[in-house]
Amino acid sequence: MMASSYNAKEEDGHHSGAPAHGGAAAAAAKSKKPDNTAFKQQRLPAWQPILTAGTVLPAFFVIGLIFIPIGIGLFVTSNNIREFEIDYTGVDVDSPCYSCARNFSWNNTAPCLCSVDFTLEQPFESNVFMYYGLSNFYQNHRRYVKSRDDSQLYGDRSALTNPSKECEPYRMSDGQAIAPCGAIANSLFNDTLELYHIDSNGTRNTIPLVKKGIAWWTDKHVKFRNPGGNNNLTAAFRGTSKPVNWRKPVYDLDPSDPDNNGFINEDFIVWMRTAALPTFRKLYRIIQKKAVTTPTLPSGRYVLNISYNYPVLSFDGRKRMILSTISWMGGKNPFLGIAYITVGSICFFLGVVLLIIHHKYDTRNNSADIPN
Amino acid sequence: MFRKRLPPEEERRVRANDREYNEKFQYASNCIMTSKYNIITFLPVNLFEQFQEVANTYFLFLLILQLIPQISSLSWFTTIVPLALVLTITAVKDATDDYFRHKSDNQVNNRQSQVLIRGLLQNEKWMNVRVGDIIKLENNQFVAADLLLLSSSEPHGLCYIETAELDGETNMKVRQSVSVTSELGDQNNLSSFNGEVVCEPPNNKLDRFCGTLYWRDKKYTLTNQNMLLRGCVLRNTEACYGLVIFAGPDTKLMQNSGRTKFKRTSIDRLMNTLVLWIFGFLVCMGVILAIGNAVWEREVGSLFQSYLPWDPPVDNFLFNAFLSFWSYVIILNTVVPISLYVSVEVIRLGHSYFINWDQHMFCSQCNTAAEARTTTLNEELGQVEYIFSDKTGTLTQNIMSFNKCSINGQTFGEITDPLGPQPKRLDFTPFNPLADLDFCFYDDTLLESVKVGDLHTQEFFRLLSLCHTVMSEEKSEGELVYKAQSPDEGALVTAARNFGFVFRSRTPGTISTTEMGRPATYTLLAILDFNNIRKRMSVIVRNAEGRIRLYCKGADTVLLERLHPCNQELTNITSDHLNEYAADGLRTLALAYRDLTEDEWEAWSESHRCADKATDCREDRLAAAYEQIEQDMMLLGATAIEDKLQEGVPETIAVLSLANIKIWVLTGDKQETAVNIGYSCKMLTDDMTEVFIISGHTVQSVRQELRRARERMIELSQTRDAVKEAGMEGWGEAYFTGNGLREGDGTGGRAKQLPCPPPPPPPPPPPPSNLMDNISGEFALIINGHSLAHALEADMETEFLSTACACKAVICCRVTPLQKAQVVELIKKHKKAVTLAIGDGANDVSMIKSAHIGVGISGQEGIQAVLASDYSFSQFRFLQRLLLVHGRWSYLRMCRFLCYFFYKNFAFTMVHFWFGFFCGFSAQTVYDQYFITLYNIVYTSLPVLAMGIFDQDVPDHRSLEYPKLYEPGQLNLLFNKKEFFICIAQGIYTSVVLFFVPYAVLSDASQSNGVPLADYQTFAVTTATALVIVVSVQIALDTGFWTVINHVCVWGSLGSYFTIMFALHSQSLFRIFPNQFHFVGSAQSTLLQPVVWLTIALATAICIVPVLAFRFLKLDLKPQLSDTVRYTQLVRQKKRKPVGRSVGGAWRGTGSVSEGRLGARGGSRRSGYAFAHQEGFGELITSGKNMRLSSMALASFASRHSSGWIDTLRRKKHTPPSTSGECSPAPSCVSGSVPPLSNSSSVLGGSQDTPIEQETGTAPAQNTQPVPSSSSQTPPAIVPDSEAAAPQGQAQAPNAGVFNSSAVKCHGGDSPGGWTLSLSTVQEALFGWKGIAARTSGSNSHGPPSVAKETSQIE
Repeated sequence: MMASSYNAKEEDGHHSGAPAHGGAAAAAAKSKKPDNTAFKQQRLPAWQPILTAGTVLPAFFVIGLIFIPIGIGLFVTSNNIREFEIDYTGVDVDSPCYSCARNFSWNNTAPCLCSVDFTLEQPFESNVFMYYGLSNFYQNHRRYVKSRDDSQLYGDRSALTNPSKECEPYRMSDGQAIAPCGAIANSLFNDTLELYHIDSNGTRNTIPLVKKGIAWWTDKHVKFRNPGGNNNLTAAFRGTSKPVNWRKPVYDLDPSDPDNNGFINEDFIVWMRTAALPTFRKLYRIIQKKAVTTPTLPSGRYVLNISYNYPVLSFDGRKRMILSTISWMGGKNPFLGIAYITVGSICFFLGVVLLIIHHKYDTRNNSADIPN
Repeated sequence: MFRKRLPPEEERRVRANDREYNEKFQYASNCIMTSKYNIITFLPVNLFEQFQEVANTYFLFLLILQLIPQISSLSWFTTIVPLALVLTITAVKDATDDYFRHKSDNQVNNRQSQVLIRGLLQNEKWMNVRVGDIIKLENNQFVAADLLLLSSSEPHGLCYIETAELDGETNMKVRQSVSVTSELGDQNNLSSFNGEVVCEPPNNKLDRFCGTLYWRDKKYTLTNQNMLLRGCVLRNTEACYGLVIFAGPDTKLMQNSGRTKFKRTSIDRLMNTLVLWIFGFLVCMGVILAIGNAVWEREVGSLFQSYLPWDPPVDNFLFNAFLSFWSYVIILNTVVPISLYVSVEVIRLGHSYFINWDQHMFCSQCNTAAEARTTTLNEELGQVEYIFSDKTGTLTQNIMSFNKCSINGQTFGEITDPLGPQPKRLDFTPFNPLADLDFCFYDDTLLESVKVGDLHTQEFFRLLSLCHTVMSEEKSEGELVYKAQSPDEGALVTAARNFGFVFRSRTPGTISTTEMGRPATYTLLAILDFNNIRKRMSVIVRNAEGRIRLYCKGADTVLLERLHPCNQELTNITSDHLNEYAADGLRTLALAYRDLTEDEWEAWSESHRCADKATDCREDRLAAAYEQIEQDMMLLGATAIEDKLQEGVPETIAVLSLANIKIWVLTGDKQETAVNIGYSCKMLTDDMTEVFIISGHTVQSVRQELRRARERMIELSQTRDAVKEAGMEGWGEAYFTGNGLREGDGTGGRAKQLPCPPPPPPPPPPPPSNLMDNISGEFALIINGHSLAHALEADMETEFLSTACACKAVICCRVTPLQKAQVVELIKKHKKAVTLAIGDGANDVSMIKSAHIGVGISGQEGIQAVLASDYSFSQFRFLQRLLLVHGRWSYLRMCRFLCYFFYKNFAFTMVHFWFGFFCGFSAQTVYDQYFITLYNIVYTSLPVLAMGIFDQDVPDHRSLEYPKLYEPGQLNLLFNKKEFFICIAQGIYTSVVLFFVPYAVLSDASQSNGVPLADYQTFAVTTATALVIVVSVQIALDTGFWTVINHVCVWGSLGSYFTIMFALHSQSLFRIFPNQFHFVGSAQSTLLQPVVWLTIALATAICIVPVLAFRFLKLDLKPQLSDTVRYTQLVRQKKRKPVGRSVGGAWRGTGSVSEGRLGARGGSRRSGYAFAHQEGFGELITSGKNMRLSSMALASFASRHSSGWIDTLRRKKHTPPSTSGECSPAPSCVSGSVPPLSNSSSVLGGSQDTPIEQETGTAPAQNTQPVPSSSSQTPPAIVPDSEAAAPQGQAQAPNAGVFNSSAVKCHGGDSPGGWTLSLSTVQEALFGWKGIAARTSGSNSHGPPSVAKETSQIE
């Protein structure tokens, strides 16, 4: 930083009034007057909004008047949505899955089965969406979130056999690359849920659960892709190893539907879309409305059959099964409606208060003169 | 400058014409290098420098942290992209700067100079000049290096230089070679010259040089008087030869151009503090989250390991927490975004351009626009509390104009109606072909009076044409150029010239004039010179008819006492006129004459000669002799000279003081002059409660005077308060109320009596910390330089400060440049206030450099001040626009920018903090990494930059109209720690809303196809979108001035956010880099959901509504002045009623003092002869010593026209070989009146002003400059190899005759340095008139009056 203030200009004597630019004769002739443009003179036409009572108070009222009806609408919509939730973790001794929950170990080959009875008080009219919910499961943990290889999941061949370092420690197993690698895939939710309706005469009717269409379209069609297309997955995945916790390899996830296998298995895709919060739900199945006249799920007794494979008690997690209908605004969401009503009311109220304050204490007069 | 430092030189040895010998010492060559880099070193050096910046290093550190996989919570590019951007911008700027430096270095290094090599002159580039070379300089050339003057074309080795580039003084100075070398003469002799110089090592003292020349076994002492320094220009000297002593970086010029001190603004400092605090805050958050992480890993994470094992090196939760701390440091670092510093620089740059572009600060006369020379101080312009102003050239134009006169009881030059039509300027040419065309006068009755031959009027102007010490130069017939030692005299003589009494020329014994077209010659019998005590000067002349008359002009106070009693009536009338003039701030002089009979003259002449010869108390005797004859005079009249203020000075000062800015005038001028100017620019008014003058000479007396002033203030303010409480409410109305300017015409009658502009009502008393803060009433303090020296001593500082700061106006006169800086430093140190120094001369450089902001007036006095300044423009009045408009806006914009910037980054970053509680404190980011990268540099940068550059709260003319609008800046109200915390709080609040609203909404929500919305990517997109929208709405609220650019930026940023997001989430990008763009499809699937938009709307409302309500309440209940102004503007616009209250109209009417005569009448009389006048001049003339007219000698380059008698003189030149003609100062000594000032101070101890004058009259660099003794002493015979220091007394014998004794006395000790001070002072006086005449006369005629070889007339 030896910058010195000295420069040639200092020795150039001829500074015809001009401060620094070595004023030659030519420069002297030319006027240095700055351009008279609105920009340079800072005279650009401008809108100068001012917070006056005339603008602010109506704004409050308008916000209030917009928010309250929206809130009411949301609230009503949300209340019309049917939602049923049941926790089948098996924490309590008397819960059906208690023993499964207790005795679980990853090494068990045989699934532990348990079933939970429940009753729907009201019928579910439209399409019903079946979710599984996990609590205290940190899918949003940094190390968890990054523990995947999107190239591999995109069907990249080299990534298949040589997954990203991010997948550690679920990258290689017995010298073979794990496909799909990483902690997310490794912890794939693998409980199987089946739903039966027990009609009035006690027979169990299987309720058909649709397992397609539960993933994002872009995930299913863009983001996830099997290596070498969907033909002969077994060959495509040769040389890879299944994730440690899995019972079956990735190309065998859905034996019933070859198009739902490998990386494009929708259950897998849904799981791979990590949740933002430690308590989350994921879409499991869809129960489609069959006829216009009958409700999708009539009120009555139901049985949920669970093949209990997924241990959560070790970290104090919970598992739930949720049934819900859907409106234009999605699932049941009382918060939004209440929040809107509250905010709208507060705005309205503020408007009134400000109006009073303004009338009582306004110190601005409306004249064009400035008071002393 | 990077050359290897040799061991510091002990002394320098230079042998002329011996390169081999000199090369042994490896002296620096004459090549200068101010550039920092070359092409190869640029990158490493520049990067190294940049990483010395703490911020950059910090980000580099972050970058390194991010490369550790266990820590990295963000991709490396989130840091490297902004960092690279910042580094690139800075590097480009540095490179451009350096390029220009290279260019200018090259230009300088390649200048040609003539070097004497082997007896031949060869052209060499400057850079090839070596120490020990002899180079030849020609007239008007720059001196290439520090040279020892060997010989010159002028007699006695004299040469003249102009040092404007070195110290800013435009006058010429004399240098003389050592006598032995001055005779070397031609090239042949010079090339065989092999003297060796031994001197001090290079240093930066411009005014000192000591060395010894060894030649032919003799020693000669060398002083600064023998040196030509690089940067000077040779003037009026045909050619000279010099020996290079110091070259290139060793020259005094380069040694002086050290690093410019880097100034920081208070906002800068505050910002740095805040950034440190934020770092602290960052660490705290990191620690909290790390503790959280430790707890979580222990309680949950360890159990969760079956799904999520710890990273391999991590084996316990504590280590995990440690890593998580660093991870959080990385993701939370955006609270101090790197873009902060860059954005601040960009904004300041924009403001600087606006200053450069401002037409209102363009001076069309000198074709100079304002220039912001530094771009880092703009917002500080909005916080100035103290202005330190130079007087001459800053407040005044340093042009005197003959404005009014009173002749025989009748006053002329009165402009009757200031509001009436502009009176016509008189045209003198038809009447008088010799008239000076630049002269302005408006009252034609005076001209009529001259024409009709009114005796008094004619005598009046005859006096003016005779009684002065002006020198004239007539280049061609009728083209007269006057060289007066003070501009006042020039103005008077010019006035006489235009009214038909033209002073043509003088010889030591005669004065030739043209009176009403007829030539006339007067014999000059005596000049009774001016001095500070006498405050008058007289001449005694004999006219063609043989009548002897004494003409006297002088300060009215002294002159009126010496009138003949019969003048009583006239005296009264004239006295009234004088009072009027004085009240208008004019400098007045009274004129009188006395007829002498031959006998009277003879008698007095005899006594005068006696007095003159006296060896002791000569001064007193002379004074007594003068006193004796200046009696019983007849009053002729009085003159009034306007020390022309620069345009708009009083108005500017009024506006600035309404803006609560205190203005101190620091001037080297005399007390009277300074006070006069104080009055004329309305800093001082007759309404002031009291004006204190501190002029004590000792510590005690100064202390006492200060104390007394303070006691008096307290006393007065108490009585005043008491009176006020007693019900003087009415006063308030008389003053212009709070906001300042006059309320229309309603108060016209009142305003007539009040000074213009009237003082503001005393500011509301600040909390009474002590008594002095509560002073009400208007006081002014005038302090003299020598008192100031005591007042600035450590133990007096506070005393001085408390007194001075209680005063409304402070004027320091006779201050040295150093004192100017000290005063500034004092205020800086004790008041913690922002100071601004404005000046135009080299003597202001020190204060310009030490003030927070330095402003240079470009134009008159060289460019030193401008070069040292931060801002420059050509008119003082532009200061109000610079401060009240640009400064205010800059401050406002910068504050708003910073508030918003911290807000938006806290809102952005703190979301991670809240998210930490839900993601196991794992340092997972809420947003996509690209969003984090781009948020600060793309999505939110432009709107806030646009606001920071273009925002205006009130239009420019309004802030001039209501100077009170400036106050928030001084009080630092817009951005301080409190405001900062409010911003931070708002940011944190926003972040809470931005996290928890989506959290609450989305956790259970699902898309309309049943897919839950609570996945990470949807959450990230929702939060990010909400954030961008909220901060955009917030900037929309903050922006008060929506230009097209703001619209483009705000909407463009929002648009770019969505565009870029959709692009980044697009399938095509994912297909290319599946690992990098895993958010594929998120934007689309998220933003199609109504719930997401409802969430965003909700979050926005919750964030903005409270802000809106709060702002509205603040505006409604506690509006700031700016709000009110804005509001009234709106109301006014609505009413569509243009109200002509523009400040311009109100003020411009009162263009100059003479027109707007609103000053209170009958005030204190501030009498005239307050010239920058120095005595001794008269003797120079009568002795004829200054009439060698080197100008004629110089005429070799100028036209050779010279009046006849000069030619005669030149022909006689041979006569006394002894006179070292050129050196004009000499005669003053020879003629016996010892160097005027130093002597008068010693002899006339009472004069308070004199000691300082020596310092201030001359520029700093020059005041101790030794003058070669020989030159001044008309050194006799000049024995070629006699020691220069030989006693000079004897030398005088041949010609000094009468003065011999006094001369001896004066040189008593005869150490060369002993009396040099005074000499140089005289020299200044002679050459130093910087008036307009000198300038117009051009450089050639600039030559110093020279000494004639004649012996004096008197003798």
